[in-house]
Amino acid sequence: MKGFGRYAIWVYSAMAFVFLLIPIVYTVAFSFNDARRTNIIWRGFTLDNWFGVCESQNVCLAFGNSLLIGVVATVLATTLGTMIALALVRYRFRFRNATTLLIFLPMATPEVVLGAGLAAQFLQAGVPKGLATIILAHTLFCLSFVVVTVRSRVAGLDPALEEAGRDLYGSPLQVFWRITFPMLLPGIVAAALLSFALSFDDFIITNFNRGAEVTFPSYVYTAAARGIPAEANVIASAVFFLALALVLIAQLTAAARRRQLAKTS
Amino acid sequence: MAFTAFSSSAATQPAVRRKSRAALFLLLPGIFYLILFFVTPLISLVITSLQEPDPLVFGRFVNAVNWQNYAAVIELYGEQSARSAGYAALATLFALLIGFPLAYFIGITLRPYPLLQSLALVLVIAPFFISFLLRTLAWKQIFSTEGPVSGILSSLGVLGPGEAITGTAFSVIFGLTYNFIPFMTLPIYATLVSLDLRLLEAGNDLYGSPATTFRTVTLPLSTAGVLSGTLLTFIPAAGDYINASREFLGSADTTMIGNVIETNFLVLQNFPAAASLSLLLMAAILVLVGLYVKRSGTEDLL
Repeated sequence: MKGFGRYAIWVYSAMAFVFLLIPIVYTVAFSFNDARRTNIIWRGFTLDNWFGVCESQNVCLAFGNSLLIGVVATVLATTLGTMIALALVRYRFRFRNATTLLIFLPMATPEVVLGAGLAAQFLQAGVPKGLATIILAHTLFCLSFVVVTVRSRVAGLDPALEEAGRDLYGSPLQVFWRITFPMLLPGIVAAALLSFALSFDDFIITNFNRGAEVTFPSYVYTAAARGIPAEANVIASAVFFLALALVLIAQLTAAARRRQLAKTS
Repeated sequence: MAFTAFSSSAATQPAVRRKSRAALFLLLPGIFYLILFFVTPLISLVITSLQEPDPLVFGRFVNAVNWQNYAAVIELYGEQSARSAGYAALATLFALLIGFPLAYFIGITLRPYPLLQSLALVLVIAPFFISFLLRTLAWKQIFSTEGPVSGILSSLGVLGPGEAITGTAFSVIFGLTYNFIPFMTLPIYATLVSLDLRLLEAGNDLYGSPATTFRTVTLPLSTAGVLSGTLLTFIPAAGDYINASREFLGSADTTMIGNVIETNFLVLQNFPAAASLSLLLMAAILVLVGLYVKRSGTEDLL
């Protein structure tokens, strides 16, 4: 019974992994499809889609918009979020619980509500929808995730290190840039990557606030009715491999560092 | 990771009260942003939800206190709301059935093999790296009438002539389940990975069968992860409108509340209806989160 149970979990998990990977393999495979108009039926292998990604201009335009929005929203959200995270861990102030709640609530709010709320506000204020409104919306939903990610890093930071810096007559700014910031950097980078990923893949909130602007997900959504060009699969696959490489490198270096630590101690 | 948002209780040091001006400087910009783009939009939604049609200009709305809007949308869209709750609950259940064993496998079975463990974790988050819409479309094409699955099911007689897999409740729940499995798996993994294996050994030493040990030791110790995974799956699933959309895995028979809000806001431009539905959805979710917070204590909230 025990042996059986042990095998069962391996088999079950292997099946779950295959299940998780099916649409990914499908999407990547169809980036090599010799599709002429609709990319639904396999018509043979080609590299043309990869070498001529921008021949289908709208895909590349949408992709460029998504990159721009992702970068600006990430910079804004990471800056604001890191500042809040520092304040939350380091200072005790009035309305601390209210602040925590204010940061938590956007994460618990369904995207469709966030999207409709922002759109209603822009409508009432007479703000025309466009790239700016998309960036404002993305910064909002990334902000809370940044706070949560950086906060745990700040909490794990030994305050004695900063105290030592102050004892050695470091000015508050010097202490921050030479001690606090470098130690927080891994958390900040993780938060930035997470917010870029969230922004890049967002469709629902974007759709409410984009006006006539097209992002990569909204392009895919509109094109879904008449068939997605293979170039969209190329972009998604390229982004996938890039993200996968980044995460694998991060995981492997972390594992190597752990092993080294275990050896030296 | 943010997936522990609902579960991790970061060991916070006692914060000191010093230089409150510095705290203010750090907090104000972000808080101001949240008020401007989260709190006031909610107020905008409340104002919009109470508007009534302009008696003079067709298609425009004027500010009023028209509570009728709420009654109207509940009556009109009760079916879609119930369907959203049902679909999201089923998807959450299936995600749990797949995600829990997976999290157990990565967090406990693979613990002696750190490298395999890291790789397995990457596999779980891999779907996040490929566009949400494209992976949902991939399922649509796999399930399409020309696709392999339909062919097999038709020849087995499961699928009658003229029947399709896509556009049914099955395919929408399937899509929701697939898309939110990582949200379920990661928080459960986060609690299981730090579970002390000696507790399981103790259960075994005390002549507990594997099933008893699992039920009395492993399961209670992973409750926090299961609860946050459930929330992280249920909330986005209940508000989702991509899986249920006609261009993806749904049809007119599978419309969920997200689709209704989208159509009312962006297509019909019936803003009051969209706003009151949004607020009702938000209220339902908040009740759920409130119960969760009550169950697990507020300190675990963030």
